[in-house]
Amino acid sequence: MKTIVMPGNPSCQGCPHAIGLKALGLALEDFVLVIPAGCSTIIAGIHPKATLNVPVLHVPFASAPAVAAGISAAFKRENKKKNVVIWMGDGGADIGFATISGSAVRNDDIIVIVSDNEAYMNTGIQASGTTFWKAKTTTSPAGKREDRKDLAAIMLMHRVPYVATASVGYMNDFIKKLEKVKSIKGFRFIHLHSPCPPGWRFDSSKTVEIARMAVKCGAWILWEFDGKFNLSPASKPYKDKNKRKDLKDYLKMQGRFKGLSENEILEIEKAIDKQWKYIECFENI
Amino acid sequence: MKTIMTGNQAVAEAVKLSRTEVIAAYPITPQTVIVEKLAEMVDSGELDAEFIRVESEHSALASVYGSAVAGKRSFTATSSHGLLYMYEMVWWVANARVPLVMAVVTRTIGPPWNIHTDHTDILTMRDSGWIISMAENVQEAFDLTLQGFKISEELNLPFTAGMDAFQLSHTSEVVEILDQETADSFLPERRQCYVFGEENTTIGSLAPNECTAKLRKDTFETMLKADKTIDKVSKEYEEITGRNCGLIEEYRIDDAEYAVVMMGAWSGDAKDAIDELRKEGIPIGLLKLRYIRPIPQKRIEKVLEGREILVLDRDCSMGLGGIIGTELKSFMDDITNVIAGIGGVDVGVNELTKLFRKFSEDKLKDEVIFLEVI
Ligand SMILES: Cc1ncc(C[n+]2csc(CCOP(=O)(O)OP(=O)(O)O)c2C)c(N)n1
Ligand code: SF4
Ligand SMILES: [Mg+2]
Repeated sequence: MKTIVMPGNPSCQGCPHAIGLKALGLALEDFVLVIPAGCSTIIAGIHPKATLNVPVLHVPFASAPAVAAGISAAFKRENKKKNVVIWMGDGGADIGFATISGSAVRNDDIIVIVSDNEAYMNTGIQASGTTFWKAKTTTSPAGKREDRKDLAAIMLMHRVPYVATASVGYMNDFIKKLEKVKSIKGFRFIHLHSPCPPGWRFDSSKTVEIARMAVKCGAWILWEFDGKFNLSPASKPYKDKNKRKDLKDYLKMQGRFKGLSENEILEIEKAIDKQWKYIECFENI
Repeated sequence: MKTIMTGNQAVAEAVKLSRTEVIAAYPITPQTVIVEKLAEMVDSGELDAEFIRVESEHSALASVYGSAVAGKRSFTATSSHGLLYMYEMVWWVANARVPLVMAVVTRTIGPPWNIHTDHTDILTMRDSGWIISMAENVQEAFDLTLQGFKISEELNLPFTAGMDAFQLSHTSEVVEILDQETADSFLPERRQCYVFGEENTTIGSLAPNECTAKLRKDTFETMLKADKTIDKVSKEYEEITGRNCGLIEEYRIDDAEYAVVMMGAWSGDAKDAIDELRKEGIPIGLLKLRYIRPIPQKRIEKVLEGREILVLDRDCSMGLGGIIGTELKSFMDDITNVIAGIGGVDVGVNELTKLFRKFSEDKLKDEVIFLEVI
């Protein structure tokens, strides 16, 4: 256990990546980090300073799983037990989609964490494949019209040893999952929900609150597959739609949803219900 | 040991003898056999290495970047569209000063789809900081690949061994292969200027502008001096094998009034054409470039001094000229530049004899000529 994110790093206040990265230090012992382009590139610091207290290799935007596969192969040659961990954004998962898929198919011995702030934040809030329904970004100024891809479910369909979702609002759950994956061999994937204050337009003190609200209204679902599919405890109550917090409260907290019509909110609700239907199917496999 | 092999097989053999530890590659005609051969060697245990079956060329070079930066001798191979697909990584690897070797089987770029040779693909790497070599025959493809690891690791620059599609990749020739012991005596254990993962270091992070400028200047200067390393390594190799693979080769040029400059497999045909013309009493010779980076300007100038010069390019910079012709014009005057053989159009001994004769009759002069067919 060690502090890997040093004080004075250049992340925004309330940055979800900075919160999530801390969990790595708490859960994993011997590991190296691979970081493709994104906000985390900045957070890692400007030479000659470095803010992450582990070996870090910065790599091109779409390349991280492939580079990690090479590092992992090199470590294997020396019987090194170090975990190779990728910390990437949802944008990295868009442009590097084939790269992640290829790596999963090969069952490379790596841990991939996609810290999903639901847009390309580093380039100024452009919509990504996982951008929330109707969210306003600089490339969806009227609100995102398309559906969002369910990255973790897609990775699950690669039949890899481990896939889970997590949230910076539920650090214990995230740390537990990391502790579990560190001794599993093969391709391990965690999709981390990471609310971003400037990108979603909320106050920087509210990152954790918003993250928790996403789970409580059922918009983000915590689950784990380690050979068997399980809803994580924090999400279990919200399988029952009646127990879910009001979606409107979640949306109201964020500037990116300003001016949504009742109809649009209804559409989002339907999309969330559909998401839960998939989860029920997975549970029954 | 003498044996018969295609260029692709010879490259795979050299990779094996180099005790390469990690290989990642994606198939593309005409390079496919290199990938298949190495996968076979790894599967059968003939080569003790990791083979990463990547899903694209971008990932092929990304994976060997990962393994090389983590300290392992690594290899990939590609061609044409594959090279362009990995272009981001081509620059990344060079700027990161990571030693590794890549074979590029030169193939024209589409459309139209066409799997035959020209050199425009490999020359897109020209400005990136890779050492770029180009073989004339299967033997050279083998020799350059093996030497590539040593040169790359001494200079901390990636190395590419180029060879022409089909003319070398798929043509069987007699080759002399080293035994493992000899290869080991030539090629020491891998060395590199830094290894990722050993200490708590951050590599490739954001840096002040001056830092980027300093690094690029350092690569620039390393490239300027790289001729010395290639001289040294090729001499060591010559002592063992009797074969010289230096930066340039001179063929019947000492007393030549007319000098042709070119690179790649068709240089072999050019030698035959020169022999023909010599029989007719035409004083013509060849300067073959075995490397395009580093480019040995002074040596080229010295060899060509006082002669009529024809640069024959199998590649093209649109609206300007052949790429090698353009390069030579940057430090020499009075150069005639002909572009030919694009898209794999056949240019054999007869065509070259015809072309060189014209050149010796002063019928090609100081301009760029683009020949679809000769
Ligand atoms: C090939 C390539 N295209 C575009 C970019 C520009 N770029 C840098 S970071 C980024 C977006 C990153 O988004 P994400 O992965 O979601 O990370 P975030 O910044 O949101 O944490 C883009 C488009 C790049 N570096 N490389
Ligand atoms: S924009 Fe968002 S993700 Fe990026 S550094 Fe700021 S808070 Fe973190
Ligand atoms: Mg993002």
